[in-house]
Amino acid sequence: MHTDAQMATSNVPAVNPRNHPAARTKMQPSQRRRTSLGLFGKYAVAVATSLIAIFPILYILSASLNPNGSLAGSAGLFSQLSLENYLDLFDDPAQPFGAWFVNTLIIGLMTAAGTVLLGGLAAYSFSRMRFSGRRFGLITILLVQMFPQLLAVIAIFLLMKGIGDIFPALGLNTHAGLIVVYLGGALGVNTYLMYGFFNTVPASIDEAAKLDGAGHARIFFTIILRLSAPVLAVVALLAFIATVNEFVIASVLLTDPSKKTLAVGLYQFIAQETSANWPVFAAGAVIAALPVVLLFFALQKYIVGGLTAGAVK
Amino acid sequence: MTSATTPEVDSTIVARPPRPDRRRALSATPSVRATMIKIVSLGLLDALVFYAAFVLTFNSEWVLAVGVVAAAVVINVIYLRRGWLPAKYLIPGTVFLLIFQVYAIVYSGYVAFTNYGDGHMISKESAIEALIDKSLVRVPESPAYGLVVVERLGQLAFLVTDPEGEALLGSDEQPLRPADNAEFAGDRAIAVDGYTTLDFSEMIADQKRIAAMSVPLTDDPNDGALRTPDGSQAFVYAATMQYDEEADAFVDTATGTVYEDTGEGAFVAPNGTELRPGWKIDVGLQNFVDAFTEESIRQPLLAVLIWTFVFAGFTVAATFAVGVFLAVMLNDERLRFRRTFRVLVILPYAFPVFLSAIIWSGMLNPQFGIINQVFFGGAAIPWLTDPVLAKLSILTVSLWLGYPYMFLVATGALQSIPEEYVEAAKVDGASPWAIFRHVKLPLLMVSMAPLLIASFAFNFNNFNLIYMLTRGGPQDINTGMNVGATDILITLVYKVAFGETGGRDFGLASAFSIIIFVMVAIISVVSFRRTKALEELN
Repeated sequence: MHTDAQMATSNVPAVNPRNHPAARTKMQPSQRRRTSLGLFGKYAVAVATSLIAIFPILYILSASLNPNGSLAGSAGLFSQLSLENYLDLFDDPAQPFGAWFVNTLIIGLMTAAGTVLLGGLAAYSFSRMRFSGRRFGLITILLVQMFPQLLAVIAIFLLMKGIGDIFPALGLNTHAGLIVVYLGGALGVNTYLMYGFFNTVPASIDEAAKLDGAGHARIFFTIILRLSAPVLAVVALLAFIATVNEFVIASVLLTDPSKKTLAVGLYQFIAQETSANWPVFAAGAVIAALPVVLLFFALQKYIVGGLTAGAVK
Repeated sequence: MTSATTPEVDSTIVARPPRPDRRRALSATPSVRATMIKIVSLGLLDALVFYAAFVLTFNSEWVLAVGVVAAAVVINVIYLRRGWLPAKYLIPGTVFLLIFQVYAIVYSGYVAFTNYGDGHMISKESAIEALIDKSLVRVPESPAYGLVVVERLGQLAFLVTDPEGEALLGSDEQPLRPADNAEFAGDRAIAVDGYTTLDFSEMIADQKRIAAMSVPLTDDPNDGALRTPDGSQAFVYAATMQYDEEADAFVDTATGTVYEDTGEGAFVAPNGTELRPGWKIDVGLQNFVDAFTEESIRQPLLAVLIWTFVFAGFTVAATFAVGVFLAVMLNDERLRFRRTFRVLVILPYAFPVFLSAIIWSGMLNPQFGIINQVFFGGAAIPWLTDPVLAKLSILTVSLWLGYPYMFLVATGALQSIPEEYVEAAKVDGASPWAIFRHVKLPLLMVSMAPLLIASFAFNFNNFNLIYMLTRGGPQDINTGMNVGATDILITLVYKVAFGETGGRDFGLASAFSIIIFVMVAIISVVSFRRTKALEELN
């Protein structure tokens, strides 16, 4: 498109005084030069940004493959290649990376599944039913979200301590306890995403199913959820990523080294002595990031759709 | 919005006055499987509630017990009776929301009005017991009691023979009482009915518990207690602190100092020394008053507050500017490898934030970081340890982390701008910059303004970035508080509540939380009003 090219060429109106429709169809030589200059500029910006974006990730990949064990020894990118750090990663009982990884996976998947189910149920009722308090409910969910759970971390800590006295399986230092705390945020932005998507599923499909004798539960599970698979995947992924990244509540509730998540474990591991632990941390970072990054790009199309669904009305 | 939400269609779904017979006929026959699932789930829930109510009642937590039972009754009624369909769908998520969000917020509010924190974690009764226990010292020249340790149902008890040869039995909770049916070996009691006597190896195994035991001589804890240094003899220990119930005060028997309850959650001597532990009391607005008036708190809090606004404001503005700029740049169909560039440009967004922040902290390490090593020829630039540079580093990394989101959103928003608008502006002779400034940007803002507010609220509490990159440091040595140059409010809350150094003050930290909440809420509500975002919720 010519419009963007022109824009890049001149930010000052006076530079291009004869910018009227006629100029579009037949470019003056000087203008064509300016346009290709603009395209060149765009390439420059794109390449520069890509390098800046990718550099830290290349760096950590390189550091993870460098057997010289310190932060200082990892300066030259990909100067040495070895899998030593990856082997060390699974070999140290003081830093049970394997356990952290499995814990994060379990907590993330359970939270994601719970968020989709709980949020989906609520979104279904908001989308398909009209009841008093509906608008109030929608707004309340939005407002409560403004008080993020990490602000209430003290109260959550004390609450879980109390719950642990009654149900030890759900108290401090349990994964189940952490998951139920995370599910407190299941009705949130994600509900809105699903609500918006459910609205796009034609109500006539429900009607037809109802006439065929399907109950509301059957309609929800076999029609709405199935037709909304893309948004469910996005919500699940966003919930999963949020859980993987969550540090505060996990660090307060989980104290046993083998119970920790990647965020808590890796942070404390690197905080002890940055320089010496660095290459092993790098290996851990690569393994920890891999599933998230792969999932993200596999679902990228839907994620971008989900993000912009909120933006583009 | 599609037809599903328009009023006409809605009313046919919900109200649907016609065909009531058929509707009832259909919904009246839920499948056997659905009914089974419902009964089993409710049964499990009720069993859990019954157990919880039992334990709560046992611990005299009457209010909570009644609350749990009442909630369970409501849930049962909603699922067992026909109708109230929306409630059936809303309940599961709402229960979690109410407990772990709403209750947590309310409870934060309550904690903010207490002195809850290190030294004030327990009730007054427990504090008194702990104080007496702490001040126990062996009474000089007191006689030795022969001792065996006995056990029943996992509880340890002392079986002692007093200097007159009487057998006595007692435990931590149960003061000494005569053990009539004790079995003697010589003049020493060695066993008693209903208890098993610990042998040597068992004593070794339980060493710690035995050493920690103190068995009161009588019901009055001031009379002293029996403790054992070796497991074979017990001695009388008396408290050097005598609790006077009448005066509600402690008297130090050695010095005669009187420590009184002056209403501050601790026993305080006339010279101001407090006995620790104290106990938890409601302090009203004290934490808030401290936050705003006490110089040692107000100074750092104010600095943190300003920095929080700078950080969040800059992050939103910069990521927005860069994101929109890139979106415009890469939105050119002539650009080859456009898709590849897009993927690379949003890579930071796909990478877990906590990892990115730690990686950057390594790259910016003053001595060994690759930034100094490679780009600055080994110069030791203190990126993360100089207060000003640390702030700059935070802002840069925050930009790196945040622009892909804005880029993604802006790309979507740009592509949805009708081509005719741009054409029309061109016909009018507008320059590209003018088109961007007066046509595209306003249209972008319509859709992106609510996201900018959300982004501000998010960055206001962007704990991970700050904590993983600098831990809030470098530490500010001029204040007594555990606070650093790059701390934002939420990291300050975390440090005050769970910090490794300094006392943990849940009350003050909760007060900070409430302050944050009020500020974010005001900012969000005011700006949402201005963008009219809430009015679209229909």
